[in-house]
Amino acid sequence: MKAFLILEDGTVFEGVSIGSQKEIISEIVFNTSMTGYLEVLTDPSYAGQAVVMTYPLIGNYGITPDMESARPWPNGYIVRELSRMPSNFRCEGTIQDFLKEYDIPGIAGIDTRTLTKILRNKGTMNGMITTNEGYHIEEIIPKLKAYKTGNVVEKVTCDEKSVLKGKGKRVALLDLGAKQNIARSLNNRGCEVTIYPAYTKAEEILAEKPDGIMLSNGPGDPKECRDIIEEVRKLYGSDVPIFAICLGHQLMALATGADTYKLKYGHRGGNHPVKDLETGRVYISSQNHGYAVDDQALDKKIAVPAFTNVNDGTNEGLRYIGKNIFTVQFHPEACPGPQDSAYLFDKFITMMGGN
Amino acid sequence: MPKNKKIKKVLVIGSGPIVIGQAAEFDYAGTQACRSLKEEGIEVVLVNSNPATIMTDKEIADEVYIEPLTVKVLEQIILKEEPDSVLPTLGGQAGLNLGMELAESGFLEKHGVQLIGTTAETIFRAEDRQAFKETMEKIGEPCAPSLVVHNVEDGIAFTNTIGYPVVLRPAYTLGGSGGGIAHNETELIDTLKNGLRLSRVGEVLVERCIAGWKEIEYEVMRDANGNCITVCNMENIDPVGVHTGDSIVVAPSQTLGDKEYQMLRTSALNIISELNITGGCNVQYALHPTTFEYCVIEVNPRVSRSSALASKATGYPIAKVAAKIALGYTLDEIKNAITGKTYASFEPMLDYCVVKIPRLPFDKFITAKRTLTTQMKATGEVMSICTNFEGALMKAIRSLEQHVDSLMSYDFSELTDKELSKQLEIVDDRRIWVIAEALRRGVSYEKIHEVTMIDLWFIDKLAILVEMEKRLRTEELSVELLKEAKRIEYPDNVIASLTGRTEEEIRDLRYKNGITAAFKIVDTCAAEFEASTPYYYSCFGSEDEAVQTNPEKKVLVLGSGPIRIGQGIEFDYCSVHSTWAFAKEGYETIIVNNNPETVSTDFDVADKLYFEPLTPEDVENIVRLEKPDGAVVQFGGQTAIKLTESLMKMGVKILGTKAEDVDAAEDRELFDQILEQTEIPRAAGGTVFTAEEAKAVANRLGYPVLVRPSYVLGGQGMQIALNDEEIEEFMEVINRYAQDHPILVDKYLQGKEIEVDAVCDGTDVLIPGIMEHIERTGVHSGDSISVYPAPTIDENIKATIVEYTKRLAKALHVVGLINIQFIVMDGEVYVIEVNPRSSRTVPYISKVTGIPIVDLATKVIIGNTLKGMGYPTGLAPEAEYIAIKMPVFSFEKLRGAEISLGPEMKSTGECLGIAKTFNEALYKAFLGAGVILPKHKQMIMTVKDADKPEAAEVAKRFEALGYKIYATRSTAKFLQKEGVDARRVNKISQESPNVMDLILGHKIDLVIDTPTQGRDKSRDGFLIRRNAIETGVHCLTSMDTANALALSLENASEEMTLVDIAKVKNI
Repeated sequence: MKAFLILEDGTVFEGVSIGSQKEIISEIVFNTSMTGYLEVLTDPSYAGQAVVMTYPLIGNYGITPDMESARPWPNGYIVRELSRMPSNFRCEGTIQDFLKEYDIPGIAGIDTRTLTKILRNKGTMNGMITTNEGYHIEEIIPKLKAYKTGNVVEKVTCDEKSVLKGKGKRVALLDLGAKQNIARSLNNRGCEVTIYPAYTKAEEILAEKPDGIMLSNGPGDPKECRDIIEEVRKLYGSDVPIFAICLGHQLMALATGADTYKLKYGHRGGNHPVKDLETGRVYISSQNHGYAVDDQALDKKIAVPAFTNVNDGTNEGLRYIGKNIFTVQFHPEACPGPQDSAYLFDKFITMMGGN
Repeated sequence: MPKNKKIKKVLVIGSGPIVIGQAAEFDYAGTQACRSLKEEGIEVVLVNSNPATIMTDKEIADEVYIEPLTVKVLEQIILKEEPDSVLPTLGGQAGLNLGMELAESGFLEKHGVQLIGTTAETIFRAEDRQAFKETMEKIGEPCAPSLVVHNVEDGIAFTNTIGYPVVLRPAYTLGGSGGGIAHNETELIDTLKNGLRLSRVGEVLVERCIAGWKEIEYEVMRDANGNCITVCNMENIDPVGVHTGDSIVVAPSQTLGDKEYQMLRTSALNIISELNITGGCNVQYALHPTTFEYCVIEVNPRVSRSSALASKATGYPIAKVAAKIALGYTLDEIKNAITGKTYASFEPMLDYCVVKIPRLPFDKFITAKRTLTTQMKATGEVMSICTNFEGALMKAIRSLEQHVDSLMSYDFSELTDKELSKQLEIVDDRRIWVIAEALRRGVSYEKIHEVTMIDLWFIDKLAILVEMEKRLRTEELSVELLKEAKRIEYPDNVIASLTGRTEEEIRDLRYKNGITAAFKIVDTCAAEFEASTPYYYSCFGSEDEAVQTNPEKKVLVLGSGPIRIGQGIEFDYCSVHSTWAFAKEGYETIIVNNNPETVSTDFDVADKLYFEPLTPEDVENIVRLEKPDGAVVQFGGQTAIKLTESLMKMGVKILGTKAEDVDAAEDRELFDQILEQTEIPRAAGGTVFTAEEAKAVANRLGYPVLVRPSYVLGGQGMQIALNDEEIEEFMEVINRYAQDHPILVDKYLQGKEIEVDAVCDGTDVLIPGIMEHIERTGVHSGDSISVYPAPTIDENIKATIVEYTKRLAKALHVVGLINIQFIVMDGEVYVIEVNPRSSRTVPYISKVTGIPIVDLATKVIIGNTLKGMGYPTGLAPEAEYIAIKMPVFSFEKLRGAEISLGPEMKSTGECLGIAKTFNEALYKAFLGAGVILPKHKQMIMTVKDADKPEAAEVAKRFEALGYKIYATRSTAKFLQKEGVDARRVNKISQESPNVMDLILGHKIDLVIDTPTQGRDKSRDGFLIRRNAIETGVHCLTSMDTANALALSLENASEEMTLVDIAKVKNI
């Protein structure tokens, strides 16, 4: 069946429908990872967005157990070609069926490079995926322009507290849409990880006297998370060591008076170089963010840049003055992507007094 | 870290002659690195014995030594030039070994010179098998259980503990020379003995066989600050068991999930960090197909063939970055030249799929075993880029220029199911065609996978291509079907033959429906950043992003495709120089080529690079878009020449010599007319199509005759026939492929062979020099030792040659280059053949005469005159040096290949000996070719009757050099009669000790075996030659070469005079 991707600027791509045939409106973003499409699909940070994979051959190894959450989150999925026959010893099914199962529509067979170039040049924009051949573009465009991702954290966070048993340090993980490998990375290092829903009060977390607090990644505009920011401010005020990733990093910055802004087309992929400003070392990182902390507007008495992006000079991490807190914009938990910065979890353990 | 200010003058070591396993990729890497060093203001001293390279141009380095690559020579250069640093990581294994030896001996330290790019310790830990194993164990990286052995007994004992089969890997050899898989004790003993001999240090690794696992490679970069990145990973479609150089390779990996991908990536970074490599490195893995178990197969602490491929596949210039790192820069300080915005510290992301297919020489060596093993056999490779795997594979197939354009090109339909099933078990260069046939017959994916161990994903992709054959054959050709066929890159001619239409009809149908190729940019970043480098590939069903340009003048330069015997790196040299010359003249330059190993496909050589197959359809796609003012075909070898007619049909003007004149040189009748008109004699002959016609002509002329197809390079299919039976045999081989042009049968004349290259502007002719071959006619010019200036012909003959050259150039209306081969016999000059194009001697003769031949040819092509440019005409004054070009062969890599020299070219590369005297030049040339004698001072002679008188003279010379001479019965008898103290030795068929025992006893330096004329069918001679080659003994098959070698040894001297090529004067 034919499917259409209609962009806010009026561009229309014609391709083939994959997954569900329902019509959706979404923000459209691109990801440049060459492997890890399943981790991308199940990363809660994509809630409210439709993802374009720039690598043209997707689904080669099918669906494996490598899920970063219980389900796929994007509103839509856009690829050049889906493999008709996946092959891998752990393969349990195809992307096609997976999308159908979760009622996610998609489009295949389009020139994803041309689409990516449009998004790069004009910036991230909204679009519609539809199988309706009789669409009226002039009716659709105002709808596209009106679309807002909204507060998506509430959609993706867990409903109740859960615990991953461990004999080491006790970590409270605030689930803003956490990828599972954050908890796993801590748990593998012996930590007992207690996972809290995003709207848990700071007092409740602190009452458990955790050795450390981990703020996770998550979807959407950080400024939408007004209530959570209030709680994060309280966490900042405690003496508990804190490590934050991605949305968690942005929320900590907002909670301490810094500002965030929307990037033109974001960073999504597994090849972004980040420089540790203390050592000068450069690490290749996994990234997925559309917003960034404005490090020009930092109060240097509160926090200073710890990492910067080698490509575009944007902020990639902060070190908080006089506090046991550090936060990064990129994803040390990888999955998908390079594991080069996994050492940051060790650093966090050390901060908590572990080894 | 800022640039190391102490580095001011660097010696760069090249990789020497092209051999299997070490080819053009090192010219590409070396050239890029030298330019990168010069960009930083570093004075570059270059040494490489290979004159056909671009890196040995004076534009690339400041001081250039085309000298033998030995420690002694390097020491002399270091003493003379006093560089502060040596960069050994760009010259392949040869360069690395030399760097290592210079460091180990303490020479570098003593003279205050440092190794940059890598340390001796790093090389040792990566290359020494035991040290490597210990290093991997230390960081917990798994290797297959293995043991380094120095003798056969230890090998057997260890294998008994781990079980057969085992893989044998000799230390420090090229392209896995002497390695292999042993399935039983006999094979183990055989291969191990050989490996121990070939290894520089007499070491062989015996290792658990992991054949059938997935073979994955990572290209990694690291700087002195410890920053690491992976440039690219690659997956071999052929599982472990086939050398990666002989495997079909895809980039990036296709069947690995992120878990497997990152697991191996992290491992590769751990390894490069532990080895403390600064620069580029290649790590090869075997990955178990159904678990996460993996083994590190090998680490190359240098740029390699794979890094050249990775550079072209991603756009990331590995050699350039490696050179900058060697100077002390860190990755985040080096700009990404493709985007101009980002830095070298990032990982390229591809939004396309790359397929590499090796170019194997079995069309040349029809007796050689086609089987692919852990010992590399390919002479070159092609790469293609497409947005889908099927398309990339199809494009790569037709880039091979081996009469293949689809999965139907090798026909296995005659085999019974049982035979097919047997054929499927054979691992050779036709395996994907066999799989295609199996798929056509409905053999299950699982069955094919079980036998081949090729991943199901790839089998399914082959199935998609096979299904398309059927659809095109049976369905109505709808627009949708045509679109789908083009999406997976079915060429028009194949669609035409499957649908029963003509190619023109298919093309018209496409154009009518807007089904045209679109061009995409290789930008390293999957479109995330804007790219400024016009490096394009084509695909269907996409939007064009090639930038339309309308410069004043635009020229299309057609490259020469994959490196193969007969069409080597020389033609890339010519294409690149022509491109540079056009650019200097204000042209916008466009290169089309498909060879990832070459300089011509570097992203900044031309204004635009199209990485595409060189077929008429593919070139037409580019022409439609670019509308060049003209195309130049005379520099790209036969590949480019073959496109002439198609280009003219597309309305592209051929610059330089016109197509009809090129034809006149190749077409027998037209050429005869020209010879008649210019009054130039040639051997009598005729043109034929069938064996019957050939026999008729041969009998009219009288045997021996020379039989050859027209329009080929490297004497492909050329043979000397002695009788009717041989004619039949040769004609059968030639006619295996439909011949578009007649076959030539000429009277064979034996005499001196002379060769000239000349530039003609339409009026005047400049002949930079006359070359004379040491071997008499009958040995292909590419396999002959060539001497400049011609040493043994007198002034009258020279004058005749100059006169004939002028006449021919004018009669053929040559504008540009012309190459002519002559025979001088009994004071008469005959013409053998004329090629109105560049030749393989052009780079060498340019360098030794200081005349920039390609540059001049390009300038005359666009309308300049020789006189106008201030050049003299006629024969240029002879240079003050003697320069000898020595062919280099790769016979030891090709089991079963006939090594005797004949009219069909067999050498893979060449080296140069240059000196003030003939004798020293000759000695250097042999040394450069690896003929380092004497060792044991024992040799074997077995020659045909006609050669016996000459053999006696040769034997006396070697005897005087202290050689003990063994000879087979009749040769021994003759030699003894002539007063040579020859010892008789039994033939192979006779009892031991026989000639084979002698060879296998590793006490022989040299075998001189001249086969009976024509093709030697006696098992004995063939076995002697093969065994000599496979045990590393030099084997000569021409008395002329033997005499030359004797002369060289008589004049051997430790001290050599060095010649800086960059200072050789222009006339």
